[in-house]
Amino acid sequence: MDTIKNEVKEILNKYIFDKKIWTNAPENPRIILDLKINSARIVDIVLDVEEKYGIEIDDKALEKIITVEDVINTIKLKADK
Amino acid sequence: MKKRVVITGMGVVAPNGTGVENFLHSIQNGVSGIRFIEELKNLNFGCQIGGIPEFNDSPYLQILEQYGLNGCSKIITLSCIAGLEAWEDAGFQIPERESAVDYETGIIIGSGIGSADIFGERIVPLTNEKQIKKLRSTIVEHSMLSGPSANLAGILGLGNQITFNSSACSTGTEAILMSFERIRSGQAISMIAGAADTYSPYCWSGFDSMRVLTRKYNEEPEKGSRPMSESASGFVPGAGAGIIILEEYETAIKRNAKIYGEIVGGHINAGGQRSGGTMSAPNSEGVIRCIKNAMKDACIESKQIDYISGHLSSTMADPIEIKNWTEALGRQGNEFPYINSLKSMTGHTIGAAGAIETVAALLQMNHNFIHPSLNCEDLHPEIKKLVAPEKIPHTTINDIKIKYLAKSSFGFGDVNACVIIKNLKD
Repeated sequence: MDTIKNEVKEILNKYIFDKKIWTNAPENPRIILDLKINSARIVDIVLDVEEKYGIEIDDKALEKIITVEDVINTIKLKADK
Repeated sequence: MKKRVVITGMGVVAPNGTGVENFLHSIQNGVSGIRFIEELKNLNFGCQIGGIPEFNDSPYLQILEQYGLNGCSKIITLSCIAGLEAWEDAGFQIPERESAVDYETGIIIGSGIGSADIFGERIVPLTNEKQIKKLRSTIVEHSMLSGPSANLAGILGLGNQITFNSSACSTGTEAILMSFERIRSGQAISMIAGAADTYSPYCWSGFDSMRVLTRKYNEEPEKGSRPMSESASGFVPGAGAGIIILEEYETAIKRNAKIYGEIVGGHINAGGQRSGGTMSAPNSEGVIRCIKNAMKDACIESKQIDYISGHLSSTMADPIEIKNWTEALGRQGNEFPYINSLKSMTGHTIGAAGAIETVAALLQMNHNFIHPSLNCEDLHPEIKKLVAPEKIPHTTINDIKIKYLAKSSFGFGDVNACVIIKNLKD
């Protein structure tokens, strides 16, 4: 479980300007609002996740991704299938 | 009232040196950056030599990475490296991410060819393979023509005009003159100005197909770029970026900035592709008019010009350019100013040429030398008739004072640009 969380964090870090932002972030940070990631980068995060886990995330699932937990849950859901 | 405009910073990425210090050493010593390029041979190019800058050691790459610029078009990389160097050289700091916006500083950085590298490597192949998603969200900002100025403005937090210009081989000189006008008219206090063109087979293949590139020096790359030589047989392509910081005079004086020179005037025009002018050849009347109007704008007499940084690209047009200069200045033989061609060391860096050559000209003005013009030992007979050979140095001339210099660029489309710079040191 923590492995996926750490891996997702590593992917997100590619798009975070100041990595220290995690220190004061809430338990389940929102990607755009709390981690200050440019909204356009969501498609890159999804692409990185797809490549890493060999899954496909459709547009409908993409639109529901707001928080870090959303990314983790999407991975678990798709990987279980 | 018109504002005075001075140059307070410089940055460069050139085939014979990245960073002003390395570049200065190269031009003082006549070091060529032209090499044989295996990839061009493998792609059956007629011309297999060129000038490609090395910048992997640049301290600025770390900042580019932080701003997510990995994988962008190299015109952005080159512009940001040279731009950040110029910015720091002018005595400014690279600000924090959330710094206040500087609404008084703008950027004009142009390119002749643009971002053909990234179109060839990613956009066209991935689109044809129906892999649109794999272009990623950064593709537009990494390939748009305003990418160099937009990305640099983001790093520095600049809020004046942020744009791109393109006028083939006169792009760099044009960017400087457009920026000069913006400060002179009071619309900006500082401008970052210059141009970049990058290496990619996709950027150079068009010129190779036109046969305007030399095909005779694949075995002796450093001999290939021979401006003003009788045996010049076409230009050698090059890549790089030159960026300068232009600043309103009073502001620069107030903050005690070092001043490399004052832009006292200039002119941009075109020959209309008439009277001998074509898409790729200059109408001499237009060229002469451009130079004369630049001197008029600068309020100087032609006899005041000590040095010309020529366009001189190692083609059949070189003797025509010299003739145009003699007519525009009304000076010949021993009376002609010193003239040289940086392209003899860097090749022709297309749109970036005027900007890199302006950096070279400012270095010569500030370090009191004239750099050698390589490979013109066999001076073209038409040039010999017009200019005393000692005005075209084969080795560095030291301890020479340049009070006024003229830098001109001429490009496809029959377009011309000429800038006049004054040395403010006594």
